[in-house]
Amino acid sequence: MPLITVDGFRDDAFARLADDAPLPNGPVLVSLSRFRAERHALTARNAALGVMLKSEESPERLGDDVHRFSLIALEFPKFRDGRAFSWARMLRTRFQFRGEIRAVGDFLVDQIAYQRRVGFDAWEVAEDFALEDLHRAFSEIRNVYQPSADRRMTIRQLRAAL
Amino acid sequence: MYRYDEFDSRFVAERVEQFRHQIARRLSGALTEDQFKPLRLMNGLYLQLHAYMLRVAIPYGTLAGRQLRKLAHIARKYDKGFGHFTTRTNIQFNWIKLVDVPDILAELAEVEMHCIQTSGNCIRNVTADHFAGAADDEIEDPRPLAEIIRQWSSLHPEFVFLARKFKIAVGASPHDRAALQYHDLAVEIVRDADGRVGYKVLAGGGMGRTPTIAQVMREFVEREDILSYLEAVLRVYNQDSRRDNLHKQRIKILVNAIGIEEMRARVAREFDEIKRAGSLQLPPEELARIAAYFAPPAFETLADDMPVGEIDFENWKKSNIHRHRTPGNAIATISLKAIGQIPGDASADQMEGLADLMDAFDLEEIRVSHEQNLVLPHVRQKDLPAIFARLKALDLATPNAGLISDIIACPGLDYCDLANARSIPVAQAIARRFADLERQHDIGELKLKISGCINACGHHHAGHIGILGVDKKGVEYYQLLLGGSGAEDAAIGQIMGPGFGAHEIADAVERVVNLYLKERTAGERFLDTYRRVGMEPFKYIAYQEQMNAAYNG
Repeated sequence: MPLITVDGFRDDAFARLADDAPLPNGPVLVSLSRFRAERHALTARNAALGVMLKSEESPERLGDDVHRFSLIALEFPKFRDGRAFSWARMLRTRFQFRGEIRAVGDFLVDQIAYQRRVGFDAWEVAEDFALEDLHRAFSEIRNVYQPSADRRMTIRQLRAAL
Repeated sequence: MYRYDEFDSRFVAERVEQFRHQIARRLSGALTEDQFKPLRLMNGLYLQLHAYMLRVAIPYGTLAGRQLRKLAHIARKYDKGFGHFTTRTNIQFNWIKLVDVPDILAELAEVEMHCIQTSGNCIRNVTADHFAGAADDEIEDPRPLAEIIRQWSSLHPEFVFLARKFKIAVGASPHDRAALQYHDLAVEIVRDADGRVGYKVLAGGGMGRTPTIAQVMREFVEREDILSYLEAVLRVYNQDSRRDNLHKQRIKILVNAIGIEEMRARVAREFDEIKRAGSLQLPPEELARIAAYFAPPAFETLADDMPVGEIDFENWKKSNIHRHRTPGNAIATISLKAIGQIPGDASADQMEGLADLMDAFDLEEIRVSHEQNLVLPHVRQKDLPAIFARLKALDLATPNAGLISDIIACPGLDYCDLANARSIPVAQAIARRFADLERQHDIGELKLKISGCINACGHHHAGHIGILGVDKKGVEYYQLLLGGSGAEDAAIGQIMGPGFGAHEIADAVERVVNLYLKERTAGERFLDTYRRVGMEPFKYIAYQEQMNAAYNG
């Protein structure tokens, strides 16, 4: 599936690996259970590593390994399940995670602006995704009331700066 | 009153355009109804039995005259000429066309109003004591904090797809008029032993199918920490709440499952981290800046001198006038419970008439109460006879505030597609049964609340007498609950037993009330007598007719 970032479409360098698929060369994205089962082999490779967390899997389960990952993909099993909003926020603020946080699964373009605010910076989207929708999502509400992981100036700060 | 600045105005205007585009995508088929649903709900738009319903936010229940005038205009232009004030101090329009919604939102934005987060699984419109700024027992006006919470919660990126809806209320008096203990999260403004003002935070209250009284999360949160603390509670809820069973996803279920100690510990951990990061700390200058918007009007120096008038006026004074913090002034409740009317409904003419009245008497604001009435918070006592006369002409002078005919009722099966039974006709029948004012005054304070289904929008758990409509094989039955309270002595009403038929429920209520009149000791309210004597005598008398019928074949 196509991958977008704030800058538009981007090639996905990571091969998404089923739990029973053989390990190829190059960057891979694995489930938390596979990571746990093959932690040694996966971290010993000389390639970028990604982990995909289900919506009920808190990033805290990664423990100190969190910084071994270049990519953490957070799954939306259905767009109404908003737990990953807090997981992304936790990754950026509590763990100071600097790698890619990718939204995968069932989410709406109408959620992308919120996802960006809490720390997502990549999105796996449908084949027919239109970039103009992304630009609209990021520009339709210009100012925000709350501080979040994106460190945007809040309306309170903008008022104080007037 | 709070006034939008350029940032608030732009925020709401952009939100209107965003929703206009979402509606266009729905109409073109780009969005399925399933995908559109959470988007429209977060803009207050429901699909009801017969039409779309639009719920307009009235933050902490405060309205200016020009806003009330706009609501009247919307009722007339886009609806059938009336609106319905709700228990969350919002107003609903029941006959809305989807294509009109962007224009309605744009009209609301003109008067600094919106429908943001009046529905959906997000932080809902924040409510407060409807006597805020006027009550003689409050520590300070709770609305500045409520406005700060409104801004913080507006499109909060982390909390717009919560497991379920999330309701917050703010109070500031020992006498709780905002039903704090029935909220997901509540803030009570308190003083500590040294007299410093801070916030007591409660969580885990709620109605619905698992009625629960909130528990204390923290006795005293410092002023500057309050948003950090609220964010911590929301984060724990968003992370840890169940998502597998719609009926077990409110915060009350989480608190009950893990226990209050564990909940406090989880919140404390998040709170420490958020507080340390610092960006949500509330500087005193910001609180003072917002509080300045809510400064009370400049009251004239007046002596207490309550006018005396004809019997109608005296009756109205007895139930609808309340003590004001400043001598020579009064708080007036405008009952939306005329005998036989739909509780909470107001016509466009009434709303406009009230806006005219506010202009004439220089009244800046009017309040919506969670009891589905309106309140004029700052009235000069000497103006009361003239105000009463104008209210009477608008059919808004019903002298029943706090009495048995001042009934809370949800829209029920007449409108709502969740309802199992009708609420409105039951409310009307009971109000008619007790229409005699002398009898109502004799009965005294009695909160009667009716819901048409287990979701409890009519707050039946919190009624001194509660009524719950249920469906038994296609027939409407009504369960009676006794002993609930939504005030500072909050309690969950107890279900009496099998339900009564639609034609029996008013009789059963009347027998219960008559027994109270017989059993009460001096000064006892219905609730006090119930608490003293318990359910049994009431139950015995309520089912008497059924027993007689059984014996007499």
